Amino acid sequence: MRTRSRLRRRGRPEQREGPEPTVSAPEPVAFEIAPTDPLLHYLQQAGGPVEIDKLKLESPGLEAMRTAGVALVVPLVSQGELIGVLSLGPRLSEQQYSVDDRKLLDNLAGQAAPALRVAQLVREQEADIRTRERYEQELRIAHLIQQNFLPREQPDVAGWVLNAFYRSAREVGGDFYDFIDLEGGRIGVVIGDVTDKGVPAALMMASTRSVLRSVAARFDSPGMVLEHSNELLCPDMPPKMFVTCLYAILEPHSGRLVYANAGHNLPYRRRSDCVDELMARGMPLGLMPGSKYEEKEVMIDPGEIVLFSSDGIAEAHDPEGKMFGCPRIIDVVAKHTSDDLRDEVLAALHSFTGPDWDQEDDITMVVVDRLPYDASDFEPANSDRDVLAEFSIPSEAGNERSVMQRVAEIVSDLEIDPSRLEKLKTAVAEATMNAIEHGNHNDPDLPVSVEVAKTSTDIRIRITDHGGGANIPVSTAPDIDAKLRGEQTPRGWGLFLIKNMVDDMIVTSDDVHHTVELVIKLGGEG
Amino acid sequence: MAFDAEVRVANGLAVLDLRGEIMAGADDALMGAFVTATSGNASPLLLNFADVSYINSTGIALIVGLLAEARASDRRVLVSGLTDHYKEIFEITRISDFVTMCDDEQSAVAAVAVQ
Repeated sequence: MRTRSRLRRRGRPEQREGPEPTVSAPEPVAFEIAPTDPLLHYLQQAGGPVEIDKLKLESPGLEAMRTAGVALVVPLVSQGELIGVLSLGPRLSEQQYSVDDRKLLDNLAGQAAPALRVAQLVREQEADIRTRERYEQELRIAHLIQQNFLPREQPDVAGWVLNAFYRSAREVGGDFYDFIDLEGGRIGVVIGDVTDKGVPAALMMASTRSVLRSVAARFDSPGMVLEHSNELLCPDMPPKMFVTCLYAILEPHSGRLVYANAGHNLPYRRRSDCVDELMARGMPLGLMPGSKYEEKEVMIDPGEIVLFSSDGIAEAHDPEGKMFGCPRIIDVVAKHTSDDLRDEVLAALHSFTGPDWDQEDDITMVVVDRLPYDASDFEPANSDRDVLAEFSIPSEAGNERSVMQRVAEIVSDLEIDPSRLEKLKTAVAEATMNAIEHGNHNDPDLPVSVEVAKTSTDIRIRITDHGGGANIPVSTAPDIDAKLRGEQTPRGWGLFLIKNMVDDMIVTSDDVHHTVELVIKLGGEG
Repeated sequence: MAFDAEVRVANGLAVLDLRGEIMAGADDALMGAFVTATSGNASPLLLNFADVSYINSTGIALIVGLLAEARASDRRVLVSGLTDHYKEIFEITRISDFVTMCDDEQSAVAAVAVQ
């Protein structure tokens, strides 16, 4: 408590001769009382004016008052709370404060305390308003930065629909997305999220976007773009802040999508009969210099769609505190039927969170939608398909080894890098094993058909079983930590291995048959 | 080619010499060797893959199961003799995060010695 007292200055002459001089009040003397000082508790309980000289209390505040020449203190108490004091020096008349003086001061304090309390509340309210106005102003600035650095238009690409959705939370986060025009009609697709909120996140988002744009113009490899962006961002990244970011390069003509991921939510690709996660490993940007980024490649076939999203969707909560979660996003993508996947995701989200939802984080989506094939628009991706061999095997355990060897012999003339050939062999064996066990249920009367084909750009192995009509599970990365802790079965590596051994895995199905097509690019290295 | 595994103790390591193809049907021999290697001594385990010609996803699951057992008994595991292809598979599956990868038995002995 800081207080000022009107005091008679010490050293003033005791008596003057002649007419009574005009006595002017001395300047107030300031002193402070710490909030923990026992004097405050005493005054709160005192119930009236207190003579300082008579008070016996171990109190630095009391000492300060004495030093300042305070003679009488009148506590100002409102609703049981000490909100101030009237501190008075000795009377100018040199007499002691009388009983009437004290009564008068006590009455005055009784009137002044509520008035002072009202004044204090008004001042606190004004301070609150100023703080809120500053906060609102910051929010407006953050919104402005966000909006100015997001694309104003979506790319217009024949045969494709590329669009995005961004809605900031009230407390603006650091989500962003971008479409970057690259050489050869290719398009860079960016989605990212800066940890933190408000102006700091918005500024870092703007900075990251600029860095990504400049680096993307120099490198054709998404992994290299993230690696170099990370090196540029690391030195200036504030403590406890980092950026998750996925960068993909789309070749609209072929449907090839090459991507790398710096710790961002995985995209989901909706295929003809399944949804798969587009996984690639990498640390968020700005965390660790020298980070490397795994690069993956898939083909987006006509009619397929890819959803990139931010964690504001997966981590939204319903009124009971349950999280929306990735499985619900996958479910929406799997059941997608309308023209606009974004609307379907938002509808599912709002139905989950309820109408009174206070959006917790920014929500961002980027949708890459390849329209169904139209012969008048495009040449098919593998019109030059040359079938090298077709054969079938009975569905008996172990036959996957013979398929593996036979495919290896068939493609042996195609000058495939030895390490890629090993990967292809593993993928073929795993896919055949799945076909025997899960598609044909080890029934030797049901054959597994194999077709080995070559196009100008790749080798394609089709493995077909009789497991059509059933839902194909989404391929997710096995959690080895959980497996080693004994919380999950050690099994479940087949699909994961296949996906990591080849450049692309295309799954198609009809009422009877189920086909897995394995694709490896010609001319690639291990 | 069937699978079998032999256990020997060498230079402070319990070495499991694995031979053949690690796939369905290899579980009894693999876990039997693990039990033999871990009964009565606390030596680190070395899984020697030098004579393994093939590992499929079922084999990966068996190895992960073995590692879970080793982890439960706080037993260090080293591996040696993997081809480049299977080294890569161990990295992709992140098995390599939980074992010490060595080129050969000599490197494994050296790796244990420096601990």
